[in-house]
Amino acid sequence: MSLGPSQGPVVVLDGGLSPERDVSIRSGRRILDALRNAGVDAYEHDADMTLLASLRERSPSCVVPLLHGAAGEDGAIRDVLEALGLPYVGSRPAACRVAFDKAVAKSVLAAGGVAVPEGVALPQSTFRELGAAGVLDALVRRLGLPLMVKPLRGGSSLGAAVVRDAAELPAAMVGAFAYAEVALVERFITGTEVAVAVLERGGAPEALPGVEVVPDGGFYDYTARYTAGTTAFYVPARLDPTIAQRCAQVALVAHERLGLRDWSRSDLIVDREGVVWFLEVNVAPGMTETSMFPQAAAAAGLDLGQLTAELVSVAIARG
Amino acid sequence: MSSPHGSRLDPWVDSYAARARGMTASEIRALFAVASRPEVVSLAGGMPFVAALPMDAVAELTGRLLRERGSVALQYGSGQGEPVLREQILDVMADTGVRAHPDDVVVTTGSQMALDLVVRVFCDPGDVVLVEAPSYVGALGVLAAYQCDVVHVAMDEEGLRPDALAEAITAVRAAGRRPKLIYTIPSFHNPAGVTQGPLRRQDNLAVAQREGLLLLEDDPYGLLGFDGKVPRALRADDADGVLYLGSFSKTIAAGLRVGWAVAPHGVREKLVLANEAAVLCPSNLTQMIVSDYLGSRDWRSQVATFRDLYRARRDALLEALSALMPPGTTWTVPAGGFYSWVTLPPGLDAKAMLPRAVAALVAYVPGTGFFVDGQGRSQMRLSYCYPDPDRIREGVRRLAGVVESELELATTFGTGSAAWQAFGLQSPGPDLR
Repeated sequence: MSLGPSQGPVVVLDGGLSPERDVSIRSGRRILDALRNAGVDAYEHDADMTLLASLRERSPSCVVPLLHGAAGEDGAIRDVLEALGLPYVGSRPAACRVAFDKAVAKSVLAAGGVAVPEGVALPQSTFRELGAAGVLDALVRRLGLPLMVKPLRGGSSLGAAVVRDAAELPAAMVGAFAYAEVALVERFITGTEVAVAVLERGGAPEALPGVEVVPDGGFYDYTARYTAGTTAFYVPARLDPTIAQRCAQVALVAHERLGLRDWSRSDLIVDREGVVWFLEVNVAPGMTETSMFPQAAAAAGLDLGQLTAELVSVAIARG
Repeated sequence: MSSPHGSRLDPWVDSYAARARGMTASEIRALFAVASRPEVVSLAGGMPFVAALPMDAVAELTGRLLRERGSVALQYGSGQGEPVLREQILDVMADTGVRAHPDDVVVTTGSQMALDLVVRVFCDPGDVVLVEAPSYVGALGVLAAYQCDVVHVAMDEEGLRPDALAEAITAVRAAGRRPKLIYTIPSFHNPAGVTQGPLRRQDNLAVAQREGLLLLEDDPYGLLGFDGKVPRALRADDADGVLYLGSFSKTIAAGLRVGWAVAPHGVREKLVLANEAAVLCPSNLTQMIVSDYLGSRDWRSQVATFRDLYRARRDALLEALSALMPPGTTWTVPAGGFYSWVTLPPGLDAKAMLPRAVAALVAYVPGTGFFVDGQGRSQMRLSYCYPDPDRIREGVRRLAGVVESELELATTFGTGSAAWQAFGLQSPGPDLR
């Protein structure tokens, strides 16, 4: 697919300084290859000190930001792209800021009638000032066990842990605070993990087939996410059609109520009663060889390069 | 429709050997990916400062080599290595006291390959190898690949402790298991930064001889003693009982991948065959570059340049640690080589702290990577070989701030231990070894 020689190349932005740098580079290179295979003139660039000069020099027609973690998904880099007047694929900065904060995103979705796990987001200072033991005790009393502990902002399960015994909670908090100033402690929902990608084509968002995730070790941690063979994926998810439909609906509600654009991926859990719980949404979904968005796209019969090229065209058209 | 068994994205997932079990993605390796960015002061990498080499001279001799002897340099060579280079290696080892015949030398693709070949020819799965606690992460990787059981032996400020070595051997045999090798880095240890003194060497050698065990002496840093003296190799006092590994990675250039083993006749023959089976032959081109470099340059003077450079960086690290690290932090004072081994104040976990350190733009290698049994949580390896002294000071300043924050966190939660589970390979990539 040609965007026309006058429009300049497409730049895939990856890397960055977040702990998800490596994942981001893998996502970026996969999309770069896919775009090139689709005939698009594209190149890759790190989000580093040379980026702005490079953007000035090469005058890209569009940017595909695939930075994961802070800066990439909190809207900051997109603010810069807007300031530069560069078209880009994906959600606008304000929407990213809301989506990247898991607690705020959950509250927005809860207001829209979506089930979200009860939880609390607390900064490290709260534990220091009030005493960790008392606060943790109150959390366990309120939320029960098991608990999910994770950084409020961040992805790839980095710093996340399932806590089944209250004695494990302090260490899990330390693990989450290693990655973020604020930790989210929420009720752990046991059930089927499903990721639903949303793609906007022809101006309307559509949910792609759900991807069911069954990690060998029971917890979809960093290793299970990025080591091929350690997780079984079922696409479409092995769900009752009405529940699969509900998953798609929740992902679409997340995409729309959070004001997301072009593409997103919602992570959900279906409990034993068939309730679909919203956990979090990704504005720069992983595109690695083991990521779920590409699997969903393939199951829908979509070519990753073609669909990205279409989003690029849409981004260029909207300016 | 979904496959009834789902997709694992790897059709060969059920075909891997048991030894591949630990070969998985890990959070630690993800963090090291960030450490490669220039904003990060990496005290993690054991990368020699090759920029101090006379690059023009190396380029000139390489060009001349290709012009004049290119058809040899670019051809297959001997599985044992180039004869001229093997003679020169004897000269390089002379200061260590090692006396040998050129035929005793096997040139390998870095000394890492020599390590691999030695374990390959000696160890069956389940054989016990005694290694220092902590030990070189690359050695632990080789031992894991050959499914050896690693038994750590305690060290002190003079390295491997002979009493602990003897006790460990006795305990292994009492458990009905067979120890095969003792692996030691006697000089400027990676990661501990300590050096065995002359008496300590004799004592450790005596234990190996008494117990009838082959001692594998890994000596990549031996010429990099900051007082200019080269410690006497264990091999110098026992040609049959010690297998010596040497390397040009730190004295010339790591990218050339030229190392060697000095072995008794019977062992050497097997190493040559194993080398041929593994790689056919070490690179003729890089062997000849090394050979021409040794033959045409004042290589001893260049080693002295490296030594002075690393000493200044060691001094910068130690001064910064003294000035900036919180009370309760301790570290070793290396007399040569690349590393200092730091122990954090009680209750801190270096691995759990690494994400915070990387966010603060400083990196190190957590201590657990240098053990097979979970030891080393409160420890880290700091490398001073690559960043210049100003960057080292800045790195320690950042690190000290991270340690202060972590102390506060540990106090808040009453944790002394960590939140991290050990996932996958914790070792850094090759550039960090």
